[in-house]
Amino acid sequence: MTFTTLRTTRLSRLAVLAAVSTVALAACSSTSASTAADSTTVTDPWVKTVDEGMTAAFGVITNTSGEDITIVSATTDAAPTVELHETAMGDDGAMSMSPIDGGFVVPAGGSLTLEPGSFHIMLMGVTEPIRAGDDVNVTLTFSDDSTLDVTATAKDFTGANEDYDGGDTMDGMDMGHDSTSPSADSMNMEGDS
Amino acid sequence: MTPTRPVGDNAAARGRGATRRGFLFGGAAAGVGVAAGVALAGTPALAADPKPDSTGVNGSRTVAFHGTHQAGIETPVASYVTYLALDLHREVDADGLRRLMKLWSDDAARLTAGTPALADTEPHLAEDPAGLTVTFGFGPGALDRAATSKRPSWLRPLPAYDIDKLEERWSGGDLIVVVSADDQVPMAHATRMILKDGRGFASLRWRQDGFRRAYGSQPGGTTMRNLFDQVDGTANPRLGTPDFDTVVWATGDDWMAGGTSLVLRRIEIAIETWDEVDTVGRENAIGRTVTTGAPLTGTAETDEPDFEAIGPHGFPVISDVSHVRRAHHHFTGARIFRRGYNYDLGPTPGADDSVVSNTGLLFASYQADVDAQYVPIQEALAKADLMNVWTTPIGSAVFAIPPGCAEGEYVGQGLLG
Repeated sequence: MTFTTLRTTRLSRLAVLAAVSTVALAACSSTSASTAADSTTVTDPWVKTVDEGMTAAFGVITNTSGEDITIVSATTDAAPTVELHETAMGDDGAMSMSPIDGGFVVPAGGSLTLEPGSFHIMLMGVTEPIRAGDDVNVTLTFSDDSTLDVTATAKDFTGANEDYDGGDTMDGMDMGHDSTSPSADSMNMEGDS
Repeated sequence: MTPTRPVGDNAAARGRGATRRGFLFGGAAAGVGVAAGVALAGTPALAADPKPDSTGVNGSRTVAFHGTHQAGIETPVASYVTYLALDLHREVDADGLRRLMKLWSDDAARLTAGTPALADTEPHLAEDPAGLTVTFGFGPGALDRAATSKRPSWLRPLPAYDIDKLEERWSGGDLIVVVSADDQVPMAHATRMILKDGRGFASLRWRQDGFRRAYGSQPGGTTMRNLFDQVDGTANPRLGTPDFDTVVWATGDDWMAGGTSLVLRRIEIAIETWDEVDTVGRENAIGRTVTTGAPLTGTAETDEPDFEAIGPHGFPVISDVSHVRRAHHHFTGARIFRRGYNYDLGPTPGADDSVVSNTGLLFASYQADVDAQYVPIQEALAKADLMNVWTTPIGSAVFAIPPGCAEGEYVGQGLLG
């Protein structure tokens, strides 16, 4: 009998908890719908150090919701211009970096890894040096206009042969694997120099 | 010249199986070692076959980076150590040092957990850290950048001793990083990651590598033997005891509370002339037996030396100028915690055929206060210690080891935060 009583009590408590949760969810969805930003976490965010010009930010973006989410843009106080880039193989077989159409899509319950040689957030027109160990604040904006603030650690990095800083002109710029065919149009960075 | 067939070649091993087996059963199995074991890999199982370690259990072992104290001090001593001393670049100020310690602490926290560092280009080398620890410390130069007024009074080069023949290439430094593990692969990776992330702030001043017995060769906790063949480190405070706390950890309410100090002395040993000394002479110099490390007045390694005992000829059993008497707290009133390692670089080829070794001890001593604890012992030994005949300090450095940090914090935050 005691056992049954306990079970009943537990069940009632669960029922109450469930009711509370439902109310909370209902309140949430009725007033302010759960946003894409609410469902997103960014782990291990970092940015490559640079004195001036161009650099990139990386990290692992995880979507905990049941729907795909889309990051449409990003901003930072460390650079006036920020673009979402992908590294893809062009028709000529060379790898090149270019703005991604439609932004970064993070699949439902999945993640998207931004890393050198792949997807990255491009920072352009940096004027104040980003030094090793600096915290760089990056704000991600989603397709539902929600935003997420991320603090990225600046690290010296020489990997993947990526040199985002082409100096004063686009000529001769080594854009990662694209050194054989540096197509300035793919970078869309005329405003940087 | 005919190429030598590899010992691991199974076909070759099978072809010679009978001979090998005869040799093994001839009673020499113990002396054959690994090479024969490998050669026998393709033959039917023998009782004497060494079994491969199929678990690799020690590789996955981790030592927590975060805590009240930094790891790598009150931690069971690992097989290998790498000391990295760096000098800060001229332009690095307190904020630069703060950024460096933030990066380094993050690297250490990740790598000691067996996970890649942030932006790690060789992430798989972080796997199986084998008890990796990374311990950070500040030399006098780092305190000049951070806050001179917060410099512990003992943080300066040791007094000069007559026995010293110090070389710049093994001495001093603004920063120390102590990387230690039972496996040199995760150590090599951690060392490279630390130096990569330090490159923008500091230059490597020197690096010293040391070794003890490999993991699994002896029961854990066995006192090491130095390359003089002496049991070395018997009188150390035991880890996890109030005694250890008293000797090692700084108290008080300043940034060093929970920290300690490191004195690292590179001690060259004159193994060529030590070779000429017989067992009686060796035991007289140290005051302990060679076989067990017991004091000459006792039978077990951990027996307390009896400095009053007089021998049959009216002299003290433990010589007045023996190492154990001169270094003992009974005599100096001071105690330290030692974490010694051997080094063995080999002689300079072609320099002097009679010299076949370049070897010695990385003598690391941790104590709450260098002046109150280390200096009295070093003074006593510098004045008189028979072992001075065969030992020469050729490197010396003193560092403040800050307390540990919590997750999300960095080492040195109490000073730089």
